[in-house]
This record gives sequence, structure tokens and C-alpha cells, in this order.
Amino acid sequence: MAVNWYLVVSALVFSLGAVGVLVRRNPLVVLLCLELMLNAGNLALLGFARMWGDGSGQIFAVVVMVIAACEVAIGLGLIVALYRRRLPIDVDELRELHG
Amino acid sequence: MGFFFFLFAIVAVAGAVGVVALRNPFYCALSLAVHLIALALLFLLLEAQFVAAAQVVVYAGAVVVLYVFVVVYVGGGSKPEPLWRASARQRGLAGLFGAAIFIELSIAILGTGLKALDGDGAKLGAGYGSPGQIGELLLIKHLLAFELASFLLLIAAVAAVALAGRRQGLEDDVFPDMEIVDVRRPAATGTMGEAVGGYGLLVPPTGSEPAPEPAEPDTAGGAPVGEAR
Repeated sequence: MAVNWYLVVSALVFSLGAVGVLVRRNPLVVLLCLELMLNAGNLALLGFARMWGDGSGQIFAVVVMVIAACEVAIGLGLIVALYRRRLPIDVDELRELHG
Repeated sequence: MGFFFFLFAIVAVAGAVGVVALRNPFYCALSLAVHLIALALLFLLLEAQFVAAAQVVVYAGAVVVLYVFVVVYVGGGSKPEPLWRASARQRGLAGLFGAAIFIELSIAILGTGLKALDGDGAKLGAGYGSPGQIGELLLIKHLLAFELASFLLLIAAVAAVALAGRRQGLEDDVFPDMEIVDVRRPAATGTMGEAVGGYGLLVPPTGSEPAPEPAEPDTAGGAPVGEAR
């Protein structure tokens, strides 16, 4: 398949993730939708790496996966901390980020 | 090749739709797992074997399990109704925004000057995307990125523990302050009196007092047993 098609799938998944981040109210699901967007970026990176035949794009994708793992760890830690303080698990209710 | 591409692409997009549209966060996480595995198969079609394997191991293996643990801990599935509370106007705006992003990206893909996008890609050398090549690139050409990524992982692990760890004042103490000697034990157990065999002498007949003073005289006639404490 031409690399174009992979990029179209990547764009589709990215916009779906963006819609999810905007629509969903549960921070857990917002994090899941962020994962969708990061993975769409990964797919585009690998498509371009295939286009050039260069392995450095794959290294880029691996680094993006590392960053996604860090984001998951910190985001889930935040959610657990919210739950411990008995704050509502809802991004609409969480307007003050201090303390 | 084309058949597999469309199959995996449809599964991946369906998984993404499931993540966005399903109400129960647990099902969202499972849908993300389906999406990630289909995406790993697409990576395989792009000759990125190592990244595909890492995707399955790291994402579908570790990250989704972490999500499922937190969903179970927080218990988001008990009240699925308020999770989809965006107003109709906001939902419409979000849909418009997503459609705009997709159309923009499609225009950019179609109108790009990169002619090679239409082809199947460059000629690949032997071992493209293999663990050997990835390791060589990662440890020789991109060593700085590798080291920075490892530091980032370490910092994220410390931050996650600091954020989610148990802190004082956050919740009631499950275990009150207790000394080891507060644990119930038979009287005179663990004292010198028990060691020399005078255990029976020290136990009070009623058991009301914890440690009887040796007020009673030695009636057994053995060696005088002193109070150990």
C-alpha cells in the first residue's frame, strides 16, 4: 500500500482522539484519547520512516512510546491522588489546579 | 497486502471509535487494547518489526493493564451515566473541530510536494526495522535521546510514586499506633521467669492482673524465681 493510506488512517485516528479529549468528561478516558493521538503520530512517523527507508524514524517512534508511558504514569498518579482526596473524577469539576 | 491493510485499518479505527464513544471506562480501556494491537499489525506492514513488538508489549501489555487497575481502583464503572455529560452544543463543536482537523490533515497529505508518498516507499536495506538495526541506531547514532528517555522514565516513576503514594492526612490511619508489647500475650510470657521454668508461678490464678508482683511466696521450693522485669 502507498504510504498515503497510512497517513490518512493516522489523521483519522488523530482527529478521533482530539474529539474524545474534547467530549469526554472522565480524566481516565481523556488520557485514553491522548493515547490515541500519540499512537496516530507514531503511525505517521513509521510511515515516513518507511517512505525514506531510514531507521531513525523508528527510533523517534520508540521515544514517543517512552513519553507516552511517562504521561500514563503521571496521569494515572494524578487520578489516584484525586480519588484519595475524594475530589470528583470529572474534568468539569476540577477547575482549580492548585493544592 | 492491500486486504490486510484495510482489515487492520478498519479494526484500528473501530477501536478508536470505541474508546471515544463507549461509556464505561473499562470497556474504553479494552477497546484501546484492540486498537493498539491492530496498530501494531499496521506497524508490521510498514516493516517495523521491533516497534510492533514493543507496541504489543509496552502498550497492550503494560499500559492497558495499568489503566484497568486504575479503573478498578477508582470504580468508574459504577455510575456510567455522568461520564457523557457534554452538552449538545459542546458535542457539536467538538465534532466540527475533529472534522476540521481531519480535513486539514487530508488536504496536507494530498497536496504535499512529497512525491514519494504515492509509492510504496524506498528500497529497504537488509535488516530494516530489525532489533539489531534499532539497537545500533539507538546506542550509537541516537545515544543522547536514549539516555534522556531513560532519565525521563526515572523521573516519571518517582513523580508517579510521589503523586499517588500514601501521605499523612490524606486518609484515616488504618493501623493505629501500636507497640510490639501491646499485642496480647499470656502473662509472664517472654520474661526471665518463663526462661527458668517458673512460668506457672508467675501466672495469676484469675488472670486479671497482667504482671503479678511476686507477692506470693515460693511454694514449690525450687530456686527462687525473681521478677524478670
